Amino acid sequence: MQSGPREMDETAKGHGIAFSRFLTPDGTLSGTAPGFASDRAELVALYSGMLRTRAFDAKAVSLQRTGRLGTYPSSLGQEGVAVGLAAAMRAEDVLIPSFREHGAKLWRGASMKELFLYWGGDERGSDFAGPREDFPDCIPVGTQYPHAVGVAMAFTLRREPRCAVVVGGDGSTSRGDFHEALNMAGVWKLPVVFIINNNQWAISVPREAQTAAATLAQKAVGAGLPGEQVDGCDVIAVRDAVERALACGRGGGGATLIECITYRLSDHTTADDASRYRDDNEVSPHWAEEPVARLREHLVKAHGWTKAEEERLRTENHAAVEAAAEAYLATSPQPVTAIADYIFDALPPDLRAARDRIAEGGNG
Amino acid sequence: MAELTLVDAVRAALAHALEEDPTVVILGEDVGVDGGVFRATEGLWQRFGRDRVRDTPLSESAIAGMAVGLAAQGFRPIVEIQFQGFIHPALDQIANHAARLRNRTRGRLTCPMVLRAPYGAGVHAPEHHSESIEAIFAHIPGLRVVIPSSPRRGYGLLLSAIRNPDPVVFFEPKRLYRAQREEVVLDGADLPLDTAFTLREGRDLSVVTWGAMTRDCLEAAEALAAEGIEAEVVDMATLKPYDAATLLESVRRTGRCVVVHEAPRTGGFGAEIAARLAEEALDALVAPIRRVCPPDIIPPLPRLEAAYMPSQDDICEAVREVMAWR
Repeated sequence: MQSGPREMDETAKGHGIAFSRFLTPDGTLSGTAPGFASDRAELVALYSGMLRTRAFDAKAVSLQRTGRLGTYPSSLGQEGVAVGLAAAMRAEDVLIPSFREHGAKLWRGASMKELFLYWGGDERGSDFAGPREDFPDCIPVGTQYPHAVGVAMAFTLRREPRCAVVVGGDGSTSRGDFHEALNMAGVWKLPVVFIINNNQWAISVPREAQTAAATLAQKAVGAGLPGEQVDGCDVIAVRDAVERALACGRGGGGATLIECITYRLSDHTTADDASRYRDDNEVSPHWAEEPVARLREHLVKAHGWTKAEEERLRTENHAAVEAAAEAYLATSPQPVTAIADYIFDALPPDLRAARDRIAEGGNG
Repeated sequence: MAELTLVDAVRAALAHALEEDPTVVILGEDVGVDGGVFRATEGLWQRFGRDRVRDTPLSESAIAGMAVGLAAQGFRPIVEIQFQGFIHPALDQIANHAARLRNRTRGRLTCPMVLRAPYGAGVHAPEHHSESIEAIFAHIPGLRVVIPSSPRRGYGLLLSAIRNPDPVVFFEPKRLYRAQREEVVLDGADLPLDTAFTLREGRDLSVVTWGAMTRDCLEAAEALAAEGIEAEVVDMATLKPYDAATLLESVRRTGRCVVVHEAPRTGGFGAEIAARLAEEALDALVAPIRRVCPPDIIPPLPRLEAAYMPSQDDICEAVREVMAWR
């Protein structure tokens, strides 16, 4: 089965789909890399963001396995997409995620405690104190894309130089909402960046069974939009591609589709058991390509990244994750009446009566 | 003051909203230069421009989803779905996103949007143009379902729907679009949502209805008055959240109830009315509740349409039956 970073084939070439990668799996940076890729501080920030995401994922899975968190979708191996896209965005842009962009949400200022809360079954986890305009996670696959069209339309109507960044998985590109949104963004030249985290698996269905198209990026072509592929395990390539797409959107150049090629090293979620449908033999080669080790290799080789620095960063992340988990576990549940309080701006009489019964211990 | 049809009144409310609130935008298929297939937006594109009145691609799901994005950003989008029969692709966005955004984010993001759609049979329309599926929407928490039954109520209720901070589906009975003219004061005054309107008072029984059937019920009530039966006619107007107080008060007083709708029977909104009365007014009922509505059949093509629609005779017969109980 062909998966992971690869050369574009004839069909993709026919659609003019470019593939970019600056950092090879062994941590070598190509000479054509963007300027920020030679800036140690920038690279450390990206590395730190990815390492933090990995630490968060690990803690979330461990909390779930011990009965203290609900079903959780790890982003293991795909941290480069979430961190790369968030690093490219400006604070005033709006993120419309699917449900695997933990790294992007953390980068943009949502707290680990909020993320734990959401996956722990508390709506307050989507009431981000930081990025107030960002959308909450979107569980129905692919339905988030049209929201980005509306958000971008709002920016356009207000003549604001902002962009909507929407993210989905490879499976979502089979849905109508994906195509409808691409089409609309094309018609109105809206500032939307569509990002596909092509991690090769939609639960048990492999990328090859999802579509006969040689690339997912070429799906932009039918909507009159540019599409490109990047190595999603190369955070530098992700950030660069998203930066270019954002500049295009801000400058009135319209929307772009970026397919980030990654690999889902974990199960789909903690409720999934990938051993039912894929061999370890299929998974293990992809560990050689994963984004965190790749950038660490490069930092060590090219920027003198020390063991002490690595240790300090890991210790900091560990402390932050543990503190957030403690804060999450110590958070009192919402009052039971909260189940009725946000259905409407003001409670209509029937709901008010139901809320009173709930307050008295009934079921409304 | 102007003599308006329902579709004129809808257009007047849209124009008023566009005038008074710069965040109001209209989106839909053919709503721009063409003015909508029923002319509900006629002249608005010319008057308010393309940014405010926008023709969209033929893409119901993305139109609704895009409205969610606009609403979350502080706009008040008004979406026209050309016919209710074509609203199904948008149902995912309505149920999973529009109706839930406030709740999902604990009020951080909200969704003040209106989805308008002409609905209902009786105009000899092609296939898929005669649906009456309001009950599907009334089942969705977080959504308001509003159905006007006259030009005045069309004007006032649409303005309320647009000004409401939550999502509203606004189903316009196309059989009434041009059936009646009425004096409408175009002063921007709205009518209350979540409120039923008692259109005719009567001591003997309560006829509960909404939308296009209100006219048939009012006519039936006049015919019955000649037989000495005084029927009260209650137009529910907002099906969700609905005005139980007015409903219960009326039926408690009359002791009898006939519910009339043009949607199929099983799971129709009449079932909710009957269940609510059984729960909370059984002691006052002196006769079984009767539903006058089509059986569970698909709206037929025009040649057999009359057999599908509840008629004035059907209503009168049900009323007489209910009145025969002692």
